[in-house]
Amino acid sequence: MKKFLALALVLVMVFALAACGANKADEDTKAADTEKTADGETIKIGFIYLHDQNSTYDRNFMEGAKEACEKLGVEYIEKTPIPEGNECYEAAVDLVNQGCSLVFADSFGHEEFMIQAAEEYPEVEFCHATGTMAHTEGLANFHNAFASIYEGRYLAGIASGMKLNEMIEAGEFKPEEAKIGYVGAYTYAEVISGYTSFFLGARSVCPTATMEVQFTGSWYDETAEKNAAETLIERGCKLISQHADSMGAPTACEDAGVPDVSYNGSTLEACPNTFIVSSRINWEPYFEYIINCVKNDEAIDTDWTGTIATGSVVLTEVNEKAAAEGTVEAIEEAKAKLEAGELEVFDTSTFTVTVAEDKNQKATVDDEGHLTGYNADVDTDEAFEGDTEVVEDGAFKESKFRSAPYFDIMIDGIETLNAKY
Amino acid sequence: MNKTAAAKEKKTREPLFHIVKKSGIVWWKAWLIRIAAVIAALMVVAVITLVMTGQNPLEMYKAMLDGAVGNSTRTWNLLQDTALLLLVALAVTPAFKMRFWNIGAQGQVLAGVLATTACLRYFTDKLPTPLLFVVMILCAILAGAVWAVIPSIFKAYLNTNETLFTLMMNYIAINLVAFFCFRWSKNSGNDVIGLINRKSKVGWLPEIGGNKFLLIVLTVAVLTVVSFIYLKYSKHGYELSVVGESENTARYIGINVKSVVIRTVILSGAICGLAGFLLVSGVHHTMTTEVEGGRGFTAIIVSWMAHFNPFYMILTSFLIVFMEKGAIQVASSKNLQLDDNFSSIVIGIIILFIIGCEFFINYKIKFKSKNKEEEALKQ
Repeated sequence: MKKFLALALVLVMVFALAACGANKADEDTKAADTEKTADGETIKIGFIYLHDQNSTYDRNFMEGAKEACEKLGVEYIEKTPIPEGNECYEAAVDLVNQGCSLVFADSFGHEEFMIQAAEEYPEVEFCHATGTMAHTEGLANFHNAFASIYEGRYLAGIASGMKLNEMIEAGEFKPEEAKIGYVGAYTYAEVISGYTSFFLGARSVCPTATMEVQFTGSWYDETAEKNAAETLIERGCKLISQHADSMGAPTACEDAGVPDVSYNGSTLEACPNTFIVSSRINWEPYFEYIINCVKNDEAIDTDWTGTIATGSVVLTEVNEKAAAEGTVEAIEEAKAKLEAGELEVFDTSTFTVTVAEDKNQKATVDDEGHLTGYNADVDTDEAFEGDTEVVEDGAFKESKFRSAPYFDIMIDGIETLNAKY
Repeated sequence: MNKTAAAKEKKTREPLFHIVKKSGIVWWKAWLIRIAAVIAALMVVAVITLVMTGQNPLEMYKAMLDGAVGNSTRTWNLLQDTALLLLVALAVTPAFKMRFWNIGAQGQVLAGVLATTACLRYFTDKLPTPLLFVVMILCAILAGAVWAVIPSIFKAYLNTNETLFTLMMNYIAINLVAFFCFRWSKNSGNDVIGLINRKSKVGWLPEIGGNKFLLIVLTVAVLTVVSFIYLKYSKHGYELSVVGESENTARYIGINVKSVVIRTVILSGAICGLAGFLLVSGVHHTMTTEVEGGRGFTAIIVSWMAHFNPFYMILTSFLIVFMEKGAIQVASSKNLQLDDNFSSIVIGIIILFIIGCEFFINYKIKFKSKNKEEEALKQ
């Protein structure tokens, strides 16, 4: 036993010695870096990602981060894959220890661990995508960000409505059979806001469109997403879209020859015959914004919302092979109207809401079922209680009171097949 | 007659080498083999790194070291995670020593996690803090034990396959946790609970002298010693090793096999439950399906590699956590174009070598010796 202990000790000493060596080397590189930029402009940014680049969700952030950092010439460190637990706090602290003056995390569940780190390091800025707590937390160095992606969804919806019209005209099915299938992750506001705006976009060009939503109960589950898409196709859906991060739904569509409107980036390569268009959030403008804030010692918005105007909400190129004729023009037209403020995605005159005991309790409606008021849960609390009136001037104002979506109304015309999630 | 028999023999059995079990090996020889295996593994990894990725392997090893012990926070994190992995390894050891293949540690830890989280949610306002801790610990231990005892009862009375049974119990636990993540989510319709009692920090494991890692490390250190004594010097420890060696022998000398099996597995589950408590109250302060972090399975490697000796397990768990921590740094290092998948390959190769070298410790390879051949010919 003694001998073993001695050996263990030796091993530990070797490790410790080696560690000292490594430490020294690290400091050396730092010194060299500061020498290079002697004007005191050395800024290091740390990024925390939930998954690696194989996830479309995270890759979307990584590409934006790389672009912004290279453009502005700042050093950056990426940490992946960081789960939504204490690992996130650990990673944030480690990035601060490595000299980062700005730390960013990309997943919803990272939020409170970022807040924990932000409280501990008031001199470092912490930014978090998709979160909901910055505007109530009162921390000067913790910030949320999101984009008005519902506008992008709406435009993608127009593309799908036109495709439905084309198929109706070609006699493939009757107008009342124009059913869209949607694969969603959870019955979370972000997802509901997404599929509703998508549906409203589609119905603005194809008035007979209806929609069915199948939830998977996971943000990333390729098998479940594929199965959900197949179920929807079997149930007679003529077009599929999704809010989940894997290739499950797009590949199911390609196999079945059903047109698909994707999310988070183009799936054209894998689905050349069925991919129509995809909307996504471009994070590069936000990254550029926060890096410049740190550079110029300016305050970062507590709650930043990217829009079409900031270049944060973008659509991929339309796949002419699968899309209906005139799709590009129709999208451009609607986009211009959205930018000019002539068009509201959640214009209350375009949809009706049924208030029942088990749904839409926070909504008030007129005789025809049009929304007149909605008491949304903008400030996070455990009882999900409404705290803010969000219907103004005949429209549901999404992303106005908080960047992260809060539209969670189940509107008429959309059927949720499994609301258990 | 003799000649033909010899010729026949020569034709039929002429293996190039054969394997012989070593009866015993001097301790330093065994360790020499192990160290040689690690060095060989590092060299193979270096070659693979260079050939497959074109990256500098020395740079990679440096990043690994830096990631594991690069500064004091990293070192403390390393020690804490080593302690947590070691604790789960301590939990699975008695059952494995008894040849009860409990691969359900993941589920048992998650049962403890779920119980602790439930206590935090429902009793934070109702109980004074010291009592809350007592309730949390007891509930977590109970939950882990219950999760383990179900398969063990079936094993003891119906002789069901405990490997499959405990594995399936994992899935039930994971999905229960997923269900409650959704139920207790802080935003409607999502699955994120968030930090529990973030502002008040009620039910968070206390810091010792401003160090939040120390209590976990000390707890596990004490339990390591206790479990060494339990396994080596207690009557229970003796009984379970006899059951492991041969159930019939155990029966013959009057050991109640059923009760030993159930008792030992309960112990396993209880320690797993305790690990679940530490993970929630001491580390994550939240619940997700991933808080267990794969420790339930990694612990089996830790335990096996250490030949079920709790003190050796300190070394094996340290080694594995060291590499895992290093891997994160490798993936994030700007000097290297490697991601965490490659780090996993590296860890896999190193573990494979370490496990593989046990073969050379336990067995000898005897090559076909020329002398014997000649002797055979002479005959």
